[in-house]
Amino acid sequence: MTDRALAVVRAGALTTVQDTGRPGHAHLGVPRSGALDTPAAALVNRLVGNPPEAAVLETTLNGVAVRPRSTVTAAVAGAPCAVTVDGRPVAWGAPVHVPAGAVLDVGPALSGVRSYVAVSGGIAVGPILGSRSTDLLSGLGPAPLTDGAVLPLGRPTDFHARVDAAPQPSPPTELVLHVTLGPRDDWFTAEAVMTFASRPYRVSPASNRIGLRTEGPALDRSVPGELPSEGMVLGAVQVPPDGRPVVFLADHPTTGGYPVIAVVRAQDLPAAAQAVPGTPVRFIAIRRR
Amino acid sequence: MRALRVGGDALLVEVSSGEQAQALHAELQRRRAEGSLSVREIVPAARTVLLDGVADPARLASELTASETPDAPPRAREVVELPVRYDGPDLADVAAHWGVRAQEVARIHADTEFTVAFCGFAPGFGYLTGLPPHYDVPRRETPRTAVPAGSVALAGPYTGIYPRSSPGGWQLIGTTDAVLWDHTRVPAALLAPGTRVRFVPAEPARRS
Repeated sequence: MTDRALAVVRAGALTTVQDTGRPGHAHLGVPRSGALDTPAAALVNRLVGNPPEAAVLETTLNGVAVRPRSTVTAAVAGAPCAVTVDGRPVAWGAPVHVPAGAVLDVGPALSGVRSYVAVSGGIAVGPILGSRSTDLLSGLGPAPLTDGAVLPLGRPTDFHARVDAAPQPSPPTELVLHVTLGPRDDWFTAEAVMTFASRPYRVSPASNRIGLRTEGPALDRSVPGELPSEGMVLGAVQVPPDGRPVVFLADHPTTGGYPVIAVVRAQDLPAAAQAVPGTPVRFIAIRRR
Repeated sequence: MRALRVGGDALLVEVSSGEQAQALHAELQRRRAEGSLSVREIVPAARTVLLDGVADPARLASELTASETPDAPPRAREVVELPVRYDGPDLADVAAHWGVRAQEVARIHADTEFTVAFCGFAPGFGYLTGLPPHYDVPRRETPRTAVPAGSVALAGPYTGIYPRSSPGGWQLIGTTDAVLWDHTRVPAALLAPGTRVRFVPAEPARRS
């Protein structure tokens, strides 16, 4: 093992390696995967001088602690949290210097769900189909972090931070998801479509990287039965038999047999990645440009 | 053909049969290969082809709606042969649905040439068609919590092979040692949409 490596001191509830994912293989049943809060992942890479496709760590609710074996620059963004190096507070959302052997501790999310941790050189586990992302639906990519695991790091590029700190959106207190109706809104009663686009929902604790599940009024179908399997897109709002909408996130299945009532516009999905269980959700139907 | 808009940059193209979906998929792939179609994903399914990551979906939608469903493409020359043991626990149930003896299920299945209509459910899982419609079978009423990797299974009009152990509700008729998915191999997936497949019994299927 070279000294370009990161030892996992505290893995956290669910910490995975993520990059920009593996799009282009959906016809083989391979989900796109990749960081859920894409702007936050891109920002931490920029803060440490990594290219945008470098792999970062994505935490879930209670952070992570790692010990680099060589001196690195690191940055944490996404869900706000306390960040320390060997117990001393350092900046969140800015490049920080982590000496070889020091512990970088990313604390529990103060708000939001997922913090992103970039290290100069990027996490350099072997790519699968061009991506280092952990895909929790199909099991592709590296396993979620465990205590004591060691992750290889890539060679840093000539480090020139182009930003010192950057403004970031706060995690949502209300998740507003703009949707375009269809392709299967005609499988629901007119009343159900109205309910979907006007009544409040809440983020369910059963949400994960595959989908943001919601609690709220059930949506009644006008067409019974199963839909022949059809291709699914990121942001698709699928309605399973219990009638509660599920918003497909990065690890979503590539095909599905439940009707999609609407699709969330791409720019609203990073906020969905940061909405804690119980957050109110509103779906707002918009017209296509 | 009907092209439904899906979100900001995708189209779901609906046709009236699985064969038409396969033909449309082959034609769209051909157009992408020749450079006349720019799209991130082309995902065939039972009666549809999804085009995701399209630059001008409105224009492509009207173009596709105005065009004829393409003819079936020339069949792939290569046939992937999968060794199979017809030893699945649901062989008797399938035989009952088909109204034949269990050995006949094996013979009929092994005499059929299949085509991968589409993939999904898991990397490397293909939905294979080829059996005539009167051999459709329902899913099991209670899905199994763990179906072993390599299980050859039937549901509806499809045959599928579980690439890895997973829960599943299909009727298990056999087992194969073929490796359906290996990310260190190029290509990683043994089966892709359009692939022709034959099941070759490892033991004589005609024993009586």
